[in-house]
Amino acid sequence: MHPDALSLDSISLLLIWTAIVIYALAFMAYAFDLAKRSQLSLERQDAARELIGAASGSARGTILSGGPQQEATEKPRLVMGRIGTSLTVLGFLFHLSGTVLRGVAAGRVPWSNMYEFAMTGTLLITAVYLGVLLWRDLRFLGTFMVGLVTVLMGGATLFHVEIVPLMDPLKSIWLIVHVFVASLATAFLALAFGLSVLQLLQARRERRAVAEAPKRSFLRTLPTAEALEGLAYRFAIIGFIFWTFTLIAGSIWAQDAWGRYWGFDTKEVWTFIIWVLYAGYIHARATRGWRGTRSAWLSIVGFVAVIFNFTIVNMYFEGLHAYSGLS
Amino acid sequence: MSRPSSEQVADARATERDGSEPLRPSDHVDGDGGISSPALGVVGWLRWGWRQLTSMRTALVLLLLLAIAAVPGSIFPQRMANPNGVTQWERDNPELFPILDAIQMFDVYMSAWFSAIYILLFVSLVGCILPRTKHHWKALRARPPRTPARLSRLDDHLEQRIDGDADHAAHAIDMAQAQLKAAGYRVERYDARGAFSVSAERGYLRETGNLVFHASLVGVLLAVGIGGGFAYTGQRVVVEGQTVVNALVDYSSMNRGRFVADDALSPYAMRLESFDVTYQPPAPLGSGQAGDFAANVAVREPDGAETQGTVRVNHPLGVGGGRIYLLGNGYAPTITVRDAEGTTVFSEAVPFLPQDTNMTSLGVVKIADGLPEQIGMIGFFYPTQGELDNGAKTSVYGDTLDPLLTLNVHSGDLGIDGGVPRSVYELDTTGMTQLTGGDTGVDSIELAPGETADLPNGLGTVTFEDETPEGADPASVGMTESVKRFASLQTHRDESAVFVLVFAVLAVLGLLTALFVPRRRVWVKATPDDDGVRLEYAALARGDDPTLATAIEQLRTKHLDSL
Ligand code: HEM
Repeated sequence: MHPDALSLDSISLLLIWTAIVIYALAFMAYAFDLAKRSQLSLERQDAARELIGAASGSARGTILSGGPQQEATEKPRLVMGRIGTSLTVLGFLFHLSGTVLRGVAAGRVPWSNMYEFAMTGTLLITAVYLGVLLWRDLRFLGTFMVGLVTVLMGGATLFHVEIVPLMDPLKSIWLIVHVFVASLATAFLALAFGLSVLQLLQARRERRAVAEAPKRSFLRTLPTAEALEGLAYRFAIIGFIFWTFTLIAGSIWAQDAWGRYWGFDTKEVWTFIIWVLYAGYIHARATRGWRGTRSAWLSIVGFVAVIFNFTIVNMYFEGLHAYSGLS
Repeated sequence: MSRPSSEQVADARATERDGSEPLRPSDHVDGDGGISSPALGVVGWLRWGWRQLTSMRTALVLLLLLAIAAVPGSIFPQRMANPNGVTQWERDNPELFPILDAIQMFDVYMSAWFSAIYILLFVSLVGCILPRTKHHWKALRARPPRTPARLSRLDDHLEQRIDGDADHAAHAIDMAQAQLKAAGYRVERYDARGAFSVSAERGYLRETGNLVFHASLVGVLLAVGIGGGFAYTGQRVVVEGQTVVNALVDYSSMNRGRFVADDALSPYAMRLESFDVTYQPPAPLGSGQAGDFAANVAVREPDGAETQGTVRVNHPLGVGGGRIYLLGNGYAPTITVRDAEGTTVFSEAVPFLPQDTNMTSLGVVKIADGLPEQIGMIGFFYPTQGELDNGAKTSVYGDTLDPLLTLNVHSGDLGIDGGVPRSVYELDTTGMTQLTGGDTGVDSIELAPGETADLPNGLGTVTFEDETPEGADPASVGMTESVKRFASLQTHRDESAVFVLVFAVLAVLGLLTALFVPRRRVWVKATPDDDGVRLEYAALARGDDPTLATAIEQLRTKHLDSL
């Protein structure tokens, strides 16, 4: 081992902590942004009262349902949202350098024990979130995504372990492929999860809004539950495909390392359970009576299983995948 | 993104109910609806039952049940993966065990209930894909559907006026037809009542992908199920210098599928020449972690050809149609026992099973014949001896820097004559008398390599042989070569793996196609009237198709440019 590996690792840890702090700030900015949206929704409601009857827009652009087309006019006012995103980018850069440095210090890919999976996994969640922003304005998810990343990273620093050489079974190209793709899948599924949660909230509000007078809520400035569902579905299927690939790559690796491609090891079982849950979600979306709220619950259960698989199963379940690096 | 209003859907549906539309279970969101109650009679009920079994809802419920049913197998130890864990669990929970065992909690993945779920799921799956495949096969040949009378009802609809007359209109549609065809659409002209139109459809691959995906899942299941019958897995322990033969009797454990004949194994001989390990220095990091395990073997084929090879973790060695895997390793101290006259009654390298990462190892020596009484010795081997705080011995490093062997001797009946199979790694001391160690007041025997000690009661002597090769330089090797190592090797043959992989890859390809190839219908219609020609562009998506609006916009732009 390199004599200054230790110090490289402590610099890495410092960068990671900096990233966590910046993410926490980004979280606050995004939270302000949501509060602001809530305020806006009230103002717009007043404005709308005056406008009632005016020939302003299609059936779908009503105040009740909100919609992406309305956001265009608000953009300049969402300063906090912009600050949130800028901070997220900054945090991401620290996060990236911290993770890369850890890899450099260890002389291998930085995803070989629980601490490192968590760093790379959360890095990918942020990367996917930021990447998606280029394609579409999903900043309303910012509080959720950055909050999730902050909590996961903060928790993961508890798993921090010194750099030790890899155990023999981990010395494989499949470690690089399998774990990376699993993290990527997790990132997309996390996004789908966030959208599904919002979808549920939005659906509840929409149901109520029919019955009662509309209340002040940031939800009113977000896309409709149906649109959120469509988005969630799109991220979920990308995640599902990566997860399928994870399952296959893991089996190929198991065939080399343990002499069988499938043996119902606990981790294999959970990877399978998650895969089946998301297959169920995809089906639910195509089943009459299951589209909408019910299928959203499946997406949420699926992601809870992903997190469970990563934390509880890694730490407390016995099995061959004893690579958490914790003892 | 939005869903068409019910009226639009109704209109669109009307245009959809033709042969080119993929077949869906009746409770699919795009299905034709009607939860029909069964017609009277047995056939009616059967048909109804079959419809239920092959419905989306059933598939969904079965998928969720499958996920839930898989959970207990990760909580309780499973016989197939971890038989020792099951024994341990039984010991820890003697009351609960019989109940849970009765409901197959320790054989979850072979249990009646788990099997029922996945068999039903796959029956449903086959029942679902067969009619859809037949239908799709026909649809691939069908003509794109007739242009709907009122295109303006569709969600994605654009209008444009150009100058001209009927000839211009016909020409515009010719151009549109060529353009759509070039873009991979299947096209069909429908000119009627003075209007010209082209109907185009693309994305049949989407349904093909879906069918390939689902069929591949059946393929995976069949490959696993049938392939397992032809597979075998055998395990054994081989000590450095030992030769083993690839024959059923030469394995300590062997699992074989029901179609594997007794003579199915190619009878090659394999010798473990040496076993290599690399150690990280004890401090500061990695604390003596061992790695780069390599079992160097020489294989002699039945025809006499001899080859050298190395088995490493992650790098199995292919021999005689199977593959050899390295599962574990440890030390096999060579122990010699002589009787009171000095005649050798036992001399073997005995594999000791490692108990911790520093290779504190546990082993058993059984001497059934040659001494006045049968004796059994339970031994601990410490490659580098050290002491715990409580004074107990332990190993502090994996390599043999300062090796020590301790033995507790028991005399009496070894119980190996009764026909009950006994593990070579365990000593059943019931009915035996302990002679050294424990409460006997006699110290355990402690030996370093090369040392000999007397057995109690004048039974004879025991020697821990030093296996350091002749001529090795003691200054450089120290004790590191004094004890032989063993490798725990697994031989595995399973031809099904390739098929499983092929089906899995097909499934992924099918999935990608099914989820990302957009399936859409496009119509371009030209109606000449008094003021010129009215052009209409309309599109209908099947399934999620976020880019449809852009696509129709681009179609218009390109088409207008071409006119
Ligand atoms: C072994 C269990 C099954 C799994 C893992 C599974 C998985 C999937 C997946 C991942 C999709 C999305 C990809 C696509 O659209 O092609 C899908 C779609 C579909 N599956 Fe399955 N499926 C299973 C069983 C079934 C069964 C038994 C049926 C028959 C009822 C069925 C009918 C369908 C249909 C109709 C779609 C298209 C949904 C749509 O229009 O979006 N599947 N399935």
